[in-house]
Amino acid sequence: MEIKVTVLDRRGNKKIISGPTDINLNLMELLKIHEYPVEGTCGGMALCASCHVYINSANSLPEISPSEKAMLDDNWDTKSNSRLACQIGINKDIHLLDIEIAPES
Amino acid sequence: MIKTDIIIIGAGPVGLFTVFEAGLLKLKCHLIDALPIPGGQCAEIYPKKPIYDIPGYPSIQAAELIDKLMLQIKPFSPGFTLGETAETLEKSSEGQFIVKTTQGTSHMAPVVAIAGGLGVFTPRKPPIDNLSEFEDQHIHYIIKEPSFFTNKNIVISGGGDSALDWALFFAENFASSVKLIHRSDNFRAHNDSVQKALDYSKKGKIEIILNAEVNNIDKKSGLLVMGVKSKNNTTKVIKCDHWLPLFGLSPKIGPIGSWGLEIEKNAIKVNNATDYSTNVNGIYAIGDVNTYPGKLKLILCGFHEAAIMVQSAFKRIHPNKNNVLKYTTVTGIKGF
Repeated sequence: MEIKVTVLDRRGNKKIISGPTDINLNLMELLKIHEYPVEGTCGGMALCASCHVYINSANSLPEISPSEKAMLDDNWDTKSNSRLACQIGINKDIHLLDIEIAPES
Repeated sequence: MIKTDIIIIGAGPVGLFTVFEAGLLKLKCHLIDALPIPGGQCAEIYPKKPIYDIPGYPSIQAAELIDKLMLQIKPFSPGFTLGETAETLEKSSEGQFIVKTTQGTSHMAPVVAIAGGLGVFTPRKPPIDNLSEFEDQHIHYIIKEPSFFTNKNIVISGGGDSALDWALFFAENFASSVKLIHRSDNFRAHNDSVQKALDYSKKGKIEIILNAEVNNIDKKSGLLVMGVKSKNNTTKVIKCDHWLPLFGLSPKIGPIGSWGLEIEKNAIKVNNATDYSTNVNGIYAIGDVNTYPGKLKLILCGFHEAAIMVQSAFKRIHPNKNNVLKYTTVTGIKGF
């Protein structure tokens, strides 16, 4: 299945991107594939906040792990709808997800 | 002036292994790294994480891999310039490269190998406009000389290992008073450190202020005056001699981005068909810092690139000598 995600970038441009659910991708990797400037410095271990995004839709997402919570807690642009994109798998639950890329930390 | 055969920029796993491969060819190496310890990302970002794709190790902790690499290269006595960023590169009249660091240390060699990973780890700074007015004098992101804080009142911000470790250290040594400010009530540091900090807080050795952050700073009568805002919107004023905002480090490509090397998507383009050379003769790029068609950012690929690269470096340094690949099983390790 191909899911679609609406992305608002740091310049205010909105675009719909799509990605396959069958190759074990996460949202950080999908954003990188589409050449968004998310660094993914730690490679997806929730050990940095370089893939910080805001979630603007009501999709059902995996629970925030203690490691992800701790990273977000230490980040000054964190809001109540903050997540690390690397912790969100590309699967049917996130179809039509609406996100905004957070400022560079 | 430090003279060597290969200047290696970046002391992560790939930079370290380059010393070994170069040592087999009797080439000496000197490593430069912005971090005060070797290990790069393995030391700074994920020291306790297991890595599963190092050949021969079903699982190895990142920090342990660095310890083993340090042991492996010991016979070849590499030099280190740590805690300094390679800033400028120029060519001497004899065709040698001269690399100078931000602290002014000069290094000279006929070959430069950039193993800079994701870039220079630079401190994440809190979003306060006038920070730069107080940096060096009152605000410090990296602690190089702890005795500098003798009998001082210090405030540390952050919730990770670095913030906790330094808060504990200064509560035990040098400082007159230590306050620790953290944006939440949940620390991401090691449990033992958190427990110890909470114990120290009960004993009055550290004052811990949770769910709060510094949101403005000023200076009065020689002291830093900080407005600390809590999550429930109350603000209090704290005065101190020094503030250490320890929010971790994030990598930036840094000064090597302006050395005339061909850069593509924040990585250095190299010739992967031959020897991982860049567009500048004598400068190579290996590991996560380089890019070529089919590039995989894996430690094991960086190790391979290092082995190939030093063969080319040998030919450049000794154009009249022939080198025959020798196996360590046959020759053993002959250090310097």
